[in-house]
Amino acid sequence: MSERSELSVQDLTMRFGGLTAVRDFSLELAKGELVGLIGPNGAGKTTVFNVITGVYRPTSGKVLLDGVDITGWRPDRVCKQGIARTFQNIRLMRSLSVLDNVIVGHRLRLKSSLGSAILRTPGYVREERELIQTSLELLDSLGLVHYKDVPAGGLPYGEQRRVEIARALATRPRVLLLDEPAAGMNPQESMDLCEFIQKVRRDFNLTVLLIEHDMSVVMGICERIAVLDHGETIASGVPAEIQANQRVIEAYLGVGYKNVAAN
Amino acid sequence: MQIQHDPRRARLKLILTLLSLALSALAIWWANNNLSSYYLRILNLAGINAILAVSMNLIFGFTGLFSLGHAGFMAVGAYTCALLTLPMRSKQTIFLLAPLAWPFNAVTLPPFPAVLLAGLAAAVMAYLIGLPVLRLRGDYLGIATLGFAEIIRVVANNIPTITNGALGLKGIPSFANNLWWTWGWAAATVWVTSRLVNSVYGRSLLAVKEDEVAAEIMGVNLTYHKILSYVIGSAFAGVGGALMGSLVTAINPKTFGFMLTFNILIIVVAGGLGSITGSVITSVIYTVLLEALRPIESGWSIGPLHVPEIPGLRMVVFALVLLVIILFYQRGLFGGREFTWDGVLDWIDRKRNRKQEVAG
Repeated sequence: MSERSELSVQDLTMRFGGLTAVRDFSLELAKGELVGLIGPNGAGKTTVFNVITGVYRPTSGKVLLDGVDITGWRPDRVCKQGIARTFQNIRLMRSLSVLDNVIVGHRLRLKSSLGSAILRTPGYVREERELIQTSLELLDSLGLVHYKDVPAGGLPYGEQRRVEIARALATRPRVLLLDEPAAGMNPQESMDLCEFIQKVRRDFNLTVLLIEHDMSVVMGICERIAVLDHGETIASGVPAEIQANQRVIEAYLGVGYKNVAAN
Repeated sequence: MQIQHDPRRARLKLILTLLSLALSALAIWWANNNLSSYYLRILNLAGINAILAVSMNLIFGFTGLFSLGHAGFMAVGAYTCALLTLPMRSKQTIFLLAPLAWPFNAVTLPPFPAVLLAGLAAAVMAYLIGLPVLRLRGDYLGIATLGFAEIIRVVANNIPTITNGALGLKGIPSFANNLWWTWGWAAATVWVTSRLVNSVYGRSLLAVKEDEVAAEIMGVNLTYHKILSYVIGSAFAGVGGALMGSLVTAINPKTFGFMLTFNILIIVVAGGLGSITGSVITSVIYTVLLEALRPIESGWSIGPLHVPEIPGLRMVVFALVLLVIILFYQRGLFGGREFTWDGVLDWIDRKRNRKQEVAG
């Protein structure tokens, strides 16, 4: 490859006992790309995310971030290296305020020692003030600042999704992994979310990998799509190609369905 | 967006803090000089319970580590401090079965460094235990730490050259029978814990409590934060144990049974997980109530109803009180809230505004 990929997943295999959740999965994301990862339920999409972020150590294969091999790193180190994610079932710290959720995202850049935090040295106080300020600015830029003191668990569902993305952005990632961000949203909310994701990608100069079942979202914003079924990559390409791919249609609808879009 | 700064309020808060500190000091001075030794003892015990409850709250209430090893760390602290402060002559008379081992047979320290070393010993122990055990979650962690506390007790029973076995240690210098000591350390515990909890470090602890997986994905190093909270909490448990040993002047392995841990757990849960204020106030209420309820054990009658002398009846009352608290205040008396000057000042402001609205 002439240009180095931002995120590169090479021949990834993940086995749980006798079950192979993902087999020989490979994916290259160039800087700034927005790529979709789709497939029927249980295809292994979230497993791919869990391996990339270090929740699981892969059975074999490699994950490289900007050329650095991060395979099997602890999740917090992967995060520090520049990969942030959201979860399929939102995992905010529900009883913490929205601001505190974002502050936790900023935690990894805190330089002050524990001692200086307890003694409230001027250096610590300044750093904490800056950190809160940055967090507020982040919330402001995403239009969430009016929620800052609300417990995150008390927000409407769609807003929780945004806060979770805001929290992920607080870690200043290079790559953002979104796990079904539009799940449970109505069409209008999904549209808003698409705009939100586009805006975030532009403003924060991100590379995005997106798992999604909502095809209007996937086809609308993804530049490329990879399709997983039973742990294997059955197709990849631009949205139009995927829509016309017979194997994809079979994976979703079963054998025997004709490609309506191609007719 | 700007963070709000109100220099006038900051100054007011500083004045209020200094004023309340001065008042507390005055109250302690007065109590030390005027109260009978019985009341002093209760208040000292309340102070020690406050240390133990706040430290357990840091571990369980703020970090979510369900640890039942508090009595074990108290034992480590109590033995360390007792062995360091006992005068040479009583060491010789106490250790009849086997001679006392080095270094305790060679040194006698003043109380303050001895208590510090007691905390340090408990902290080292917490680090060693915590590294493997804190990988467990929830009930499993509770069982493992409970087992650890029992191991400490059994070991204390069986190393006569250090602990004097089941006979225990007697005649420990009673420096802690002094409100400055007990409440001074309680203040230090509250100060360190609240500073820690309200810092960015503390928010990370809360994040670990709320959702370990999410916290780790957000770049929070789980092991580091769990150990951090466990070591600091246990260090204060060691200090509490040291002071308790000095207050009762005699310790043996039986002193540090698991009931001790459960008593503190009751205080923490009743006061509210994640509320330092709750832990401190409930410690005082609990200790005082435990003494105040003594008369009901000695037999009494209301009209035709006659209750004979039943030892342990007050624990029944306590069980009922706890039931009521759990039924009506699921999150404890303070439910995670804290006393802050900001809270008080905001409350006064609201009252004043309402009055003005009514007047205008």
